[in-house]
Amino acid sequence: MIPEIGHFALILALIVALIQGVFPIIGAARGNAVWMGLAQPAARAQFLLVAVAFICLAYAFATMDYSVTYVASNSNSKLPLQYRIAAVWGGHEGSLLLWAVILSVWTVAVSFFSKHLPSAMRARILGVMGLISVGFLLFMLSVSNPFERLIPAAMDGRDLNPLLQDPGMVFHPPMLYMGYVGFSVAFAFAIAALLGGELDSAWARWSRPWTTLAWVFLTIGIMAGSNWAYYELGWGGWWFWDAVENASFMPWLVGTALMHSLAVTEKRGSFKAWTVLLAICAFSLSLLGTFLVRSGVLTSVHAFATDPRRGLFILAFLVLVIGGSLLLFAWRAPTVGRGGKFGVVSRESFLLANNVLLAVAAISVLFGTLYPLFLDALGLGKISVGPPYFDTVFAPLMAPALFLMGVGPIARWKQATLPELAMRLRWAFGISVATAVILPLLLGHWTPMIGLGLFLAFWIFATTANLVYQRLRGADQPLIARIKSNSYSWWGMVIAHLGIAVFTLGVTVVKGFESEIAVRMAPGDVAHLAGFNFTFEGVTEIEGPNYSASRGHIRITKNGIERTLINPEKRVYHVQNMPMTEAGISPSVIHDLYASLGEPLDGGAWSVRIYHKPMVEWVWFGCLMMAFGGLLAISDRRYRLKGRTKPLPENATEIST
Amino acid sequence: MTIKARHKRFILIAIGLALLGLAVMLILNAFKSNMVFFYTPTQVVSGEVPHGTSFRLGGLVVPASLKRQDDGLTVHFSITDTAKTVEVIYKGILPDLFKEGKGVVAQGKVGANGVFEASEVLAKHDENYMPPEAAEALKRAKEAPADVQLK
Repeated sequence: MIPEIGHFALILALIVALIQGVFPIIGAARGNAVWMGLAQPAARAQFLLVAVAFICLAYAFATMDYSVTYVASNSNSKLPLQYRIAAVWGGHEGSLLLWAVILSVWTVAVSFFSKHLPSAMRARILGVMGLISVGFLLFMLSVSNPFERLIPAAMDGRDLNPLLQDPGMVFHPPMLYMGYVGFSVAFAFAIAALLGGELDSAWARWSRPWTTLAWVFLTIGIMAGSNWAYYELGWGGWWFWDAVENASFMPWLVGTALMHSLAVTEKRGSFKAWTVLLAICAFSLSLLGTFLVRSGVLTSVHAFATDPRRGLFILAFLVLVIGGSLLLFAWRAPTVGRGGKFGVVSRESFLLANNVLLAVAAISVLFGTLYPLFLDALGLGKISVGPPYFDTVFAPLMAPALFLMGVGPIARWKQATLPELAMRLRWAFGISVATAVILPLLLGHWTPMIGLGLFLAFWIFATTANLVYQRLRGADQPLIARIKSNSYSWWGMVIAHLGIAVFTLGVTVVKGFESEIAVRMAPGDVAHLAGFNFTFEGVTEIEGPNYSASRGHIRITKNGIERTLINPEKRVYHVQNMPMTEAGISPSVIHDLYASLGEPLDGGAWSVRIYHKPMVEWVWFGCLMMAFGGLLAISDRRYRLKGRTKPLPENATEIST
Repeated sequence: MTIKARHKRFILIAIGLALLGLAVMLILNAFKSNMVFFYTPTQVVSGEVPHGTSFRLGGLVVPASLKRQDDGLTVHFSITDTAKTVEVIYKGILPDLFKEGKGVVAQGKVGANGVFEASEVLAKHDENYMPPEAAEALKRAKEAPADVQLK
């Protein structure tokens, strides 16, 4: 009964989404206030209905209702409760439902926090989001129904893929989807602006916090996924340039460009058409990411059973959304008008360069990800491009972007002068060059890549320090007052940029100084790596809730002093009889000591992989700093809602960020 | 618009286009030099693979072909597409789901003695799942041999 309620709620949600998608947009075009007014109640009703459907599915998982096909294929009675709930989005159908739920959450949030928008604008935004929802609900109801019954019911479920039985599964997909789907708000704002022909700095100010929030979620989602892969796969890697990772990284790159372009549109009124194009691209890439991951076209854990009808539906949907919005863009973009002029050397052009670099980086990832698929689909052979391609392309594209990051925030809007900038940044430049040369020599190993990475990281540190120093200089007020006199969004930028520096430092050090060995270890054997002694003390057999595991004990000492004990595991999950590696990690600020068990060999010996990962935690900490910077920027005073205040006229604000 | 402003805009666009061209060249170059082709055991045996290039080999692990050297880390096994078989040597730890009789994809080069020296071994992700490359190798082997040669 409960699954039928869920199914019915989805059908009702589709009808409501159609109302939400059609009437408000037509109403806005014709000035019909009643039709426009339908958008808000429809958005809220749709949210309730989709939420009911989601709760019904979660209930079916919690109560182990194996008469539902989807539950039977993704859960098992031995699965702990938290993973039974996470299993709701462990497969194709459920993850689409999660997508729809999150879309309705964003929509309802827009319906509540858009009282200050002109009513036609609000109606169009909610209408566009309703149309996206129609696509997803129609998809689920026609070819991908999570509530489909299994007759006769299964005795027990086939279990969640053991790779997904991890706390990461509880956080990573919802966070990532919050980011993906969050770009639908920026997209809806852009389409609404094209439809209405109103694209001014007020428009940019309204869409900025939404875009930044989506970006924050996406950043955390990608970070969580990377961290999960690091400890779960047992290979010590934190980024594999896997197609699934790329699918989430492309919207991130374009979303980052969009945030910066929106800043220019808000402050200077420039880049209007470009901003709109980026908003369309960011969401299109999110959709493409969903398609790539969820359609089974990729060789990956994330790919589920292949069904050509599904592929065709998503492809048609993609063509409709991307093609339609690009057509609308081509038709309407000339009407949005030109922005302010700016000099060749100005903050605008630095931001433009950063935007172009990010966009080209996204295109290079897109090319590397899709081209092999195209060749394969056309029957022209199977090829693959691995990490070497992405590494080769990324360093030269990101290096200038990171360099410009140090200059951009310091340069004046409209017109800056190179000699002045050079004068101001000469110390920052000197310090970062010196660090890049001296630091690796102290650590005993210098390569051009290490030098470049360290230079860029310290360049961002030093230029940001210079920026903060200039802003806080002067003794007319106490320091606290001087700190407070700068806006939250400015501090958000500072912290996010420092996050990039921390990230760059982490990546450079771990890539440049990491070491690993693979050895055969019998109990009592000692392996040496990076000055540490790893003593293998054998394994003990343990029983988990739904798996058996061999638990290794590795004692780590340095110069005779005991440091820590790590316990890598080799698990075998009972239901699918699938082996899984669980790495043993001792994390710290300076380095991670990491070991994973390979296979059991004769005489109680095991093949063991041991890694020394200097400063790898900085990679994820840098991401957290970026996300925190984003949150700080959103909490800026000028985005706070003050009831039904009137929208400000164009260029009314000249806040110095 | 004054002439000066127009010049500036022109310079900006020219620089932009030049850099964009450079970026495109970089991307295509990197792509060309890092592209890895896929071959089936039949293609390897018939000598279709250019000598010394790194490629991916897919198929099934031949049952009872797995041998471990005394160091415990160097392994020998064979990959088959049911028509032809290629011997593989790999030094390292095999992935969790590597099993005899199951699908596998290995990346590496053919060595001097005709043995495939794998630098990376990938296995399927769960019980029901076959790597597309491995499935492709089996499919091609089932088709007429002439067809295989044409590819």
